[in-house]
Amino acid sequence: MLPDNLNIITLVSIGAHPTSGRARRAEQDARAVELGLRLAGDKLQVLHAGNPADEALRAYLGMGLSELTVLEQPSHGDALPLLNSYLKDAGAQLVLTGSQAETGEGSGMLPFLLAEQLGWPLVVGLAEVEKIENGMAQVLQALPRGQRRRLKVRLPFIACVDNAAPTARQSAFGPARRGQLQACEVAVVDDSLLVDAHFQPARPRPKRLKVIKAKTGAERMKAATAKAAGGGGQVLKDVSPQAGAEAIFKLLVEEGMLR
Amino acid sequence: MSDIIRRDPRAEWIARNRLHPLHAAMQTAQTSWMGPNGIVRKNPHVVGFIGPNGLKRIDRSGAQQGGSGKRATASAVVQLPLHVIEQPAFYIAVVPDMIGGRLSSHDKDLLGLANKLAGSDGAVVAVVFGEHKETAFDTAGVDRLLQIEGELFEGYAPEQRVLALSAVESQLAPRHWLLPDSRTGGGELGRRLAAKLGERPATRVWQVAEGQCIGRAGAGREDLVRSAPRLILAAVECAEPVSDTRHEVRQVELLDQIARNLPRIEDLGAVAVDPALIPMAEAEFILSGGNGVKDWTQFHQAAAALGATEGASRVAVDDGFMPRNRQVGATGTWVTARVYMAVGISGAIQHLQGIGACDKVIAINLDPGCDMIKRADLSVIGDSAAILAALIERVTAYRQGGARDAA
Ligand SMILES: Cc1cc2nc3c(=O)[nH]c(=O)nc-3n(C[C@H](O)[C@H](O)[C@H](O)COP(=O)(O)OP(=O)(O)OC[C@H]3O[C@@H](n4cnc5c(N)ncnc54)[C@H](O)[C@@H]3O)c2cc1C
Repeated sequence: MLPDNLNIITLVSIGAHPTSGRARRAEQDARAVELGLRLAGDKLQVLHAGNPADEALRAYLGMGLSELTVLEQPSHGDALPLLNSYLKDAGAQLVLTGSQAETGEGSGMLPFLLAEQLGWPLVVGLAEVEKIENGMAQVLQALPRGQRRRLKVRLPFIACVDNAAPTARQSAFGPARRGQLQACEVAVVDDSLLVDAHFQPARPRPKRLKVIKAKTGAERMKAATAKAAGGGGQVLKDVSPQAGAEAIFKLLVEEGMLR
Repeated sequence: MSDIIRRDPRAEWIARNRLHPLHAAMQTAQTSWMGPNGIVRKNPHVVGFIGPNGLKRIDRSGAQQGGSGKRATASAVVQLPLHVIEQPAFYIAVVPDMIGGRLSSHDKDLLGLANKLAGSDGAVVAVVFGEHKETAFDTAGVDRLLQIEGELFEGYAPEQRVLALSAVESQLAPRHWLLPDSRTGGGELGRRLAAKLGERPATRVWQVAEGQCIGRAGAGREDLVRSAPRLILAAVECAEPVSDTRHEVRQVELLDQIARNLPRIEDLGAVAVDPALIPMAEAEFILSGGNGVKDWTQFHQAAAALGATEGASRVAVDDGFMPRNRQVGATGTWVTARVYMAVGISGAIQHLQGIGACDKVIAINLDPGCDMIKRADLSVIGDSAAILAALIERVTAYRQGGARDAA
């Protein structure tokens, strides 16, 4: 159901290992590459804005890409204008990104801003592309609690993937060495955020205390020893099974559980 | 409670014992209070009573206060003080997720944060799309409620919702926009709004204090500290929820028409997923069976008919009716379902721990006194097999009726 001349670009960033902080391929970006590879095969283009000498980029090449385009910029630069001007003329039908970077601010705003500036629709949490025809794509969107929603989107569009997308394949050493990193010279724009903001090591969040607002010792005692609070619930006794089932059914419909 | 007046020796004893914590509650009328200058005032006239000979008597035995009269059956519900903002100096806009039409705990935390930012001059306005089932907007801290209805906003319509929010922006110009940074909608809507308004949001914020906000950055190894921007996407437990005021929940209307756009994303509806493949901890609807389930084939049929993920109590697992990975409770999975249906489960504390985060609990049990009934929002007393059979029948009829309506 997928046309063969599909033009897909995946945007990738440098990730960081959650405990050691070592540079690696970013987990979600690798999933975006995986999805792109499944859709477009080796015609997939992969794009990165940053330092072309970064060794971690080779982990993406190891997934079976022959080359990776890098828009060269220093680490404090703003990637958005570069990507925007590149994508404007790239003629892509689908741009895939992860939903949040593992380094830097990680606000997850990039796909949203790109979509706004390019005037393209944006799909969040893409899980699967079912078919593409007549300038429309039919996709599955991942929702919390393992649910899926089917959407129809106009091409071209941007989609970000999260952990519901297919797991990324292993990165192999040989292809990672053989792949080409193509650097493009572009004008650099500085990021304005870092003027007034600063990073600090993550502080563990304070655990929320259970505050008991009791005036008397007796109330405190009651709060500390309380069992499951009785009452409040509706109890149907001595009813026929049909009437009981009807009540349950009504509640399920009310909660939207029966689809 | 019967109408017979009885002496309550214990209550008399409490009324006599001025050191008892409940002593004050047992006094009939107010005899002492704090005066305007901070001096305790006493009214000697209300102490005691007029005896049969017209003489005033003071009874220190406690029989008067403690035992006399019928005790009030229900303790009066405390009315929290009403927080009124007549002319708000500014607005703080909150767009709650409203999962299932109600405020989630994340939403309530967010409203708590909004009230902190609003102080005593600002008003918190909650923007709610479509119908809701929430009855406690007042105690959650909503000063103004703006409901946006219409079929355009139903289902998944993020682009249209952003247009509505920009209309709110131009009408109220809120000082801050607060959205939950959640996967259930708030995170996406907030980022879309940020892109639309051209604001750089602070995301995954977990603390806002003195104009500074702290949010997680990157993969969570660093925090980003910055001055609080207009748009804040806050994480869970970003602030304490409102607990000791009541708010007006005054309705506000949007004056302008909301711009319409041609939807570029069309919602084709939810896709049926196999409930057995959903991890139990995430499942939205769980049908759980315990020792009271006798017919397990029927139980599986019921789960299939309802489209529910299956769970079990430890006894059902130990007896070999269900696999170990389906056990709910302290030693099994801690579930977060929105609806948890417990069939023939007595509600041992180890089991109840596992369903602490569930929203609505339905119990089917033979024993009206068991602990699961106390936890449940709806309990049906009766034999599980008969009720499940009736339920399967009812749901099947509904499904077929629905299919006929659609055709
Ligand atoms: C260290 C420890 C850890 C534990 N961890 C867990 C845990 O993680 N999860 C867990 O579930 N348990 C756990 N348990 C076990 C727990 O204490 C209970 O024994 C168990 O939950 C009881 O399961 P039940 O409610 O299915 O069975 P029962 O207590 O036997 O209850 C059966 C219920 O079914 C009702 N019933 C009977 N027949 C019918 C009928 N025909 N129709 C309708 N209702 C009927 C009865 O009225 C009764 O209420 C743990 C225990 C220990 C000691």
